[in-house]
Amino acid sequence: MTTYSLTTPLTDEDIVPLKAGDVVKLTGTIYTARDAAHKRLTDLLDQGEKLPFDLKGSVVYYVGPSPAPPGRPIGAAGPTTSYRMDTYAPRLHGLGLKASIGKGKRSDEVKQALKDNKAVYFGATGGAGALLSMCIKEATVIAFDELGPEAIRELTVEEFPLLVINDCHGGELYAVPNREAAGV
Amino acid sequence: MMRTIKAETIIEAVAKMCVSANRYLPEDVRKRFEECAAAEDSAAAKEVFRQIKENWELAEKSGLPLCQDTGLAVYIVEVGEDVSVDGMTLREAINEGTRKGYEEGFLRKSSCDPLTRKNTGDNTPAIIHFDLVAGDKLKITFMAKGGGSENMSRVTMLAPAQGWAGIKKFVIERVAEAGPNPCPPTMVGIGVGGTFEYSALLAKKSLMRKVGEPSADPEIAKMEAELMEDINKLGIGPMGLGGKTTVFDVKIEMRPCHIASLPLAVNIQCHSSRHEEVEL
Repeated sequence: MTTYSLTTPLTDEDIVPLKAGDVVKLTGTIYTARDAAHKRLTDLLDQGEKLPFDLKGSVVYYVGPSPAPPGRPIGAAGPTTSYRMDTYAPRLHGLGLKASIGKGKRSDEVKQALKDNKAVYFGATGGAGALLSMCIKEATVIAFDELGPEAIRELTVEEFPLLVINDCHGGELYAVPNREAAGV
Repeated sequence: MMRTIKAETIIEAVAKMCVSANRYLPEDVRKRFEECAAAEDSAAAKEVFRQIKENWELAEKSGLPLCQDTGLAVYIVEVGEDVSVDGMTLREAINEGTRKGYEEGFLRKSSCDPLTRKNTGDNTPAIIHFDLVAGDKLKITFMAKGGGSENMSRVTMLAPAQGWAGIKKFVIERVAEAGPNPCPPTMVGIGVGGTFEYSALLAKKSLMRKVGEPSADPEIAKMEAELMEDINKLGIGPMGLGGKTTVFDVKIEMRPCHIASLPLAVNIQCHSSRHEEVEL
């Protein structure tokens, strides 16, 4: 297990050394998008329209933050479950998305897209919304404001704590359930 | 004699509960996590528990909610037969309190139309289950139920012949299949019996029982302990990174069912097990 400090935008040189289980402290600009925003992004692509942010080297964080209280840029902001974005992710990786941040398992199609595009899937600790919020220094809604918590926000993060769950070599960190030991 | 409670009293109590339950992880849950963390051998599992603890301390200090998913507001309400509400219906008062709490507490509004996905904007309508009981009191239990763990929950109708072995197999398989998705360590609430919909309500209610408090029925308490031990052999661990704590508690609620049926509901609760109750 190695610890890396990376800065966005991410390049092939940043991604290739990463192995499942490595720790990454991410600094720079990342974009929030969850269910509804992914649907909108896909609609824009279908219509040949420009996306609200540049996908090349980008990092998308699957999160719907709680409202910012006075004096804070954002509320609690931990990851949501990633599999719901699996239908959209391969297309975005094909267009330059270098990493997504979420929690939970990914589909085989997403894992293949990570290999094909030298991209990576990071896990952040689910349910640690207050803790992760502290690494977010700025937050601005840049698209789909009407989606409320599901709007796309540009976040400035400092040393955002991540774990490499799926790397671009086919490695995966999640434990395989020991069904035999549990008697099923 | 009917006792009258002002709607305003209910609204205030409900709003306060929504906010505080989303900020303070209950003591019974904290205590269990400290025990689980100490029992883990793996560095990754210990690190997840460390972050969970830092998060609850930070939420308490900063006023941020524990988790950005502040849930759908779920209520179990025991209504005394001798209580009446002045000003509006009890349902309206609970919805109004939810609206107020989620707005003033900077909590996320997660309620939306199932098909258009348009957010209702105020986290209502709340999910409210009423139980009529004897007396002139009103007991409202609030639970902030996150979507990630709710999505991993299931209801099934087993054949009676499948019995306890079938129940165990289904529950363990459900937790195995859910893997890292519902934010383990989770608490598993199991409803056995009743009807299709009643088993799910039993499962939900079982999650309101305190951590470490077994069923009052010694036979069922034994089943809870057995299931917990077997599920934890899966080794999924905190956040799915491997470890001894896949579930931090298992609760079973059981009641009679039809001679043809064996309804079974498995309701999964993430580690941010947030609930609170108030008696008025």
